[in-house]
Amino acid sequence: MMKLSPMPQIFQKILLVLSLLAATLAHAQLSIEITGAGANRIPVAIANFAGDPAAAQVVTATVRADLERSGLFKLVDPASATLDENAQINYGDWKGRGADALATGSLARGADGRMEARFRLYDTQKQVALGGAVFVTGNDQLRAAGHRIADYIYEKLTGEKGVFSTRIAYVVKSGAQFRLQIADADGQGAATALTSNEPIISPVWSPDGGKLAYVSFEKKKPVIYVHSLASGQRQVVANFKGSNSAPTWSPDGRRLAIVLSKDGNSQIYSVSADGSGVQRLTQSAGIDTEPRYSPDGGSIYFTSDRGGSPQIYRMGAGGGDAQRVSFEGSYNVSPRPSPDGKSLAFISRRDGRFQLAVMDLASRQVQILSDSHKDESPSFAPNSRMILMATEIGGRGVLSAVSSDGRIKQRLSIAAGDVREPAWGPFSQ
Amino acid sequence: MKKLLIPALLSALIIGCSSTPVDETSGAPVESRSGPGVAPVSAGGLDSRGLPRELTDPKSVLSQRSIYFDLDKYEVKDEYKDLVAAHAKYLVANKGFKVLIQGNTDERGSREYNLSLGQKRSDAVKRSLTLLGTRDDQVESVSLGEEKPKNPGHDESAWADNRRADILYKAPDGRGEF
Repeated sequence: MMKLSPMPQIFQKILLVLSLLAATLAHAQLSIEITGAGANRIPVAIANFAGDPAAAQVVTATVRADLERSGLFKLVDPASATLDENAQINYGDWKGRGADALATGSLARGADGRMEARFRLYDTQKQVALGGAVFVTGNDQLRAAGHRIADYIYEKLTGEKGVFSTRIAYVVKSGAQFRLQIADADGQGAATALTSNEPIISPVWSPDGGKLAYVSFEKKKPVIYVHSLASGQRQVVANFKGSNSAPTWSPDGRRLAIVLSKDGNSQIYSVSADGSGVQRLTQSAGIDTEPRYSPDGGSIYFTSDRGGSPQIYRMGAGGGDAQRVSFEGSYNVSPRPSPDGKSLAFISRRDGRFQLAVMDLASRQVQILSDSHKDESPSFAPNSRMILMATEIGGRGVLSAVSSDGRIKQRLSIAAGDVREPAWGPFSQ
Repeated sequence: MKKLLIPALLSALIIGCSSTPVDETSGAPVESRSGPGVAPVSAGGLDSRGLPRELTDPKSVLSQRSIYFDLDKYEVKDEYKDLVAAHAKYLVANKGFKVLIQGNTDERGSREYNLSLGQKRSDAVKRSLTLLGTRDDQVESVSLGEEKPKNPGHDESAWADNRRADILYKAPDGRGEF
């Protein structure tokens, strides 16, 4: 540390630049607005955790915000109660406040300097502890610990895995610049993986969450890249004559289905994740694009205009005969099978409006889930409960998330630009 | 085609003579200097960037590079047949030149489907050029989909401007796209 002296002007200037930079970064964060909630929300109280007050505040605030945003919980005010994970629970008192469940916990610095977040979850009706855990994190990872705790509570109380610890990818266009960004599922902690003066579209996560495949126009035409997020290393997977687009990973992560126009028309091919072993999967005279594997890897849903208008079809993962899947309307595109294999999200044009639709694959019933007019690029959360998509509000690109039953709605926007091309990552490993 | 070819050859000869200093004592035949190694340059001379004026002069038909399409359609309309034919004629006469055709769409609908639709549009222009004798390796057709709108508006007239294929030239020396 330097000895104390009047701050040299240069440092003052650096400080000013840094604070301006911080303001710009804050400006670049996604902000979330909740515009709908589930019908039967579980009332839950998150007590103020004991221990290091600043750290406890970050963790409990994260847990509360996660549960609230999911639309499945109603947060009960814990008032000033500070309770650690071993505190005696007055079940009657919490039941009286309307809470069916209660979480208590504490934050403490471990011997190695890292923070330990401990918590316990209680059922106030049955008057039993439902379980607890300890998460050890660095000081800058406190929000991650909060997401882990929220995932635990979510799974215990709903029976489904939570997605608060997952990440999302999306593209921000500000001015003439395109940025491929990665953020936590709540829009916080955004980091830029790629900046380009040419468009970036169609990002998709590898099944292990370590890589993104996407289409970049930096070579003045669409070329497919695979980008390792940790190292920043990029590899061209397909740069054939013509257009290279619409990548999607096979569920085992070994291959990509892609769309190439090298043989004269947009057709679906499969290729190894390193770009070798190109195989043609479709043989049609029209457009075949937007392939997506079914979660079991056995079939591929895709968009084709072989019948005269763009519709959704399904074929075996190795190609062959295709069956038409969508029938209502003259424009059904962007098929996305849900990770649980039960439904198919897609974009349907109805009366000139492009809207998110979901088909129950067993009954073939279709439900329109949005009331917007320019929905694009739907993406399921890994637990199949929410669908993230791009839409437009007031002429600006925003992201919107809707529950598969249409009840819960959230909007994610960014002050500094248009947000588009969202992709929800897999469960964290 | 002859009309274009003859001035092209003539100017190639002129460039060949003026750009290569002739050694009076060597007695080397002039013909060898206009052979391989001399870039064929089209008639009408060069503009300030050294590009064929025939391609860049706004008064020349070859400076028109855009072909517009109807909604959801990818057929080259009759009104653009002469324009495409003029470009084919130039490319047949100037085999060193290549073109990149970029297909575009309006902003509505799926980005990936639009990328394929834009590809159909550029492919249609490429097919017209090759049917008129342009060599396959002189033409690459790609798509920009809805990603690079020329008109940033959100109404019918903006959408019509953006349903388009553009022809971009690449010179034999690699300079492009213009």
